[in-house]
Amino acid sequence: MNSSVKRFEVFRMFFAIVIALLISFGIIFLVSEQPLTAIYTLITGPFKSKRNFANVIEAMIPLIFTGTGVCIMFSANQINLAGEGAFHLGGLVAAVVALQFGLPAGVSPVVAILLSGLAGAVFTAIPAILKIKTNASVLVSSLMLNYIALWFAMFVLMHFICDPSIGSASYLIPEASTLPTLIDRTRIHPGLFVALAAAILGYIFLFKSRIGYELRLTGQNEGFARYSGVSIVKVVLISQLLGGFIAGVGGGVELLSPIYTRFSWTSLLGYGWDAIIICTLAKNNPLYTPLAALFLAYLRTGASIMARYTDVTLEIVQITQGIIILLVVAEQFLSGYKHKMIAKEAMASLKEEEVQ
Amino acid sequence: MLKNILSPDFVNAILRASTPILFATLASGIAAKAGITNMALEGMLLFASLFGVIFSSLTHSFLGGLLITMAIGGLIGFVLAFFVLQLKTDEILAAIAINLIATGGTVLLLLAVSGDRGASTSISSVSAPVIALPFIEGIPFIGAVLSGQNLMTWLALIAVVVCNVFLYKTPMGLKIRAVGENKNAAESVGISSKRIQYIALVLSGVLCSMGGYFLSGGYMNMFTKDMSAGKGFIALAASSMGADTPIGGFLVTMLFGIAQALGNLMQLTTIPTELIQMIPYLTTLIGLAVYSYTVMKRRNRLGAH
Repeated sequence: MNSSVKRFEVFRMFFAIVIALLISFGIIFLVSEQPLTAIYTLITGPFKSKRNFANVIEAMIPLIFTGTGVCIMFSANQINLAGEGAFHLGGLVAAVVALQFGLPAGVSPVVAILLSGLAGAVFTAIPAILKIKTNASVLVSSLMLNYIALWFAMFVLMHFICDPSIGSASYLIPEASTLPTLIDRTRIHPGLFVALAAAILGYIFLFKSRIGYELRLTGQNEGFARYSGVSIVKVVLISQLLGGFIAGVGGGVELLSPIYTRFSWTSLLGYGWDAIIICTLAKNNPLYTPLAALFLAYLRTGASIMARYTDVTLEIVQITQGIIILLVVAEQFLSGYKHKMIAKEAMASLKEEEVQ
Repeated sequence: MLKNILSPDFVNAILRASTPILFATLASGIAAKAGITNMALEGMLLFASLFGVIFSSLTHSFLGGLLITMAIGGLIGFVLAFFVLQLKTDEILAAIAINLIATGGTVLLLLAVSGDRGASTSISSVSAPVIALPFIEGIPFIGAVLSGQNLMTWLALIAVVVCNVFLYKTPMGLKIRAVGENKNAAESVGISSKRIQYIALVLSGVLCSMGGYFLSGGYMNMFTKDMSAGKGFIALAASSMGADTPIGGFLVTMLFGIAQALGNLMQLTTIPTELIQMIPYLTTLIGLAVYSYTVMKRRNRLGAH
């Protein structure tokens, strides 16, 4: 029965995605004068050229990082939304290291990315520490911290690394620190492998290690975990530090990638929020985050191609994303069908017993 | 600096900055009293600020625009309640989804309705009127503070009193608090917790939409993309810092307004603007930590007896 419930969950998610897409297409029909062209471009756009498809892969990388990081943070049942700020600070730290430290090529990106991760880890640990020390809500404090991170980054950008000839961007990131492109005429970079490694290591940590088990136990039932001798404080802190580290590394990798030549993030980029749909689709399992990220990146790339050639704007994707989250998370969505299915199986197994 | 602080302009700046947040804080309080964290405030504010512009322009009237916006706000609250209560969706994830839909939906809708991208420059909307008080106007200082405020600011202040009476003096308010305090106990005396939570979330949506209306029709005179800019989140924080009571939320919101207005004054000094922009979020964070800490200590002390 367990496997059929699992199969049902996959079907349910697929169905939710289809419904969300259909609603989005409906909206396109309402707002567009060329709806069919728009939908066609949205779906086939990413396959139109090598460059378009490369855009999908490029867009996937930061999503895998924040998705994995947030999966680990959420697994401890901490609604810590500071992944957004961690990613932002990661980018800032990478830029500062690249511009100020003057490290040799090869060493520089590694140091920059590790320090990005460290900044992210410290940042996402703040709500957890506040919760432990003062009982302040993790959700609320992490929301405030994201804006603090944004303005802190603006402060550093404008006063320490700003290129006066541009105005609101840093000096060019020196070549010694940038990540190379892997494939000609695309911007696919080695960060892809780091991201995939993070997803796999995240999976091993959460599902194959003792501390990961304790973490998930805490997330599912804190009281039970406490009585089983799990140190809640330790588990929560480790999960938030690790999740933030991965999100921070994501920010660092993204900034040093060929996509950016300067630190120019004057608003939050939203990867922390995107991470939540990734986690929802991956059912909090880091192993599935690349798949979920691929889906979202495909949708995004398709939409941005659509926005370029038709009158439908990119924002349609946010609506699709929102509907997917609502339908996937709604426990009662298709629950009648699920109950029927379980009842049918139970009947079948009863009959089998009778025959025997 | 001191002279600036003591001027009526300073008080006006405080009231102006805190009006939208005050509505959203009250909205958060009602939902929280019924036991639900309404993080969708951010999206509700954003939706309302767009609908306010659209419908005040269509009806050529401030009141028509406001009433329709409030109705839509209630509807969004109902949708949130439907997903959370009926379909058993996690309330935070449902709110995140609504906020996402608001971010994209408002831009798309604005484009579809007016052809504007990002700001409602071609819609001639009707803003909430400014109320001049004929006799009080003449009194020094007090006149300058009391007269010339936006109607929505007055409504927000009135809403504090109304919410307080509603929550603490009416049978419905008692039911809302009972459900939030202990759902099962409330159910055992025949209160339908689901119905009460539906009502609380719809009211929350209505209140929040009034704040959204002020954002685009009073605070500014048009809708711009992402204009809620975290105000819904600040309201969530302000409300929980004020123990989710209307009066507490009001005091915290004023504190926030003071921080914001002081920050604006500091722009005249040499302190970098980026750090000043950080002040509201930082004060909220520190305030929240201090408040939660004192509550925790008090509870521990009571527990020890």
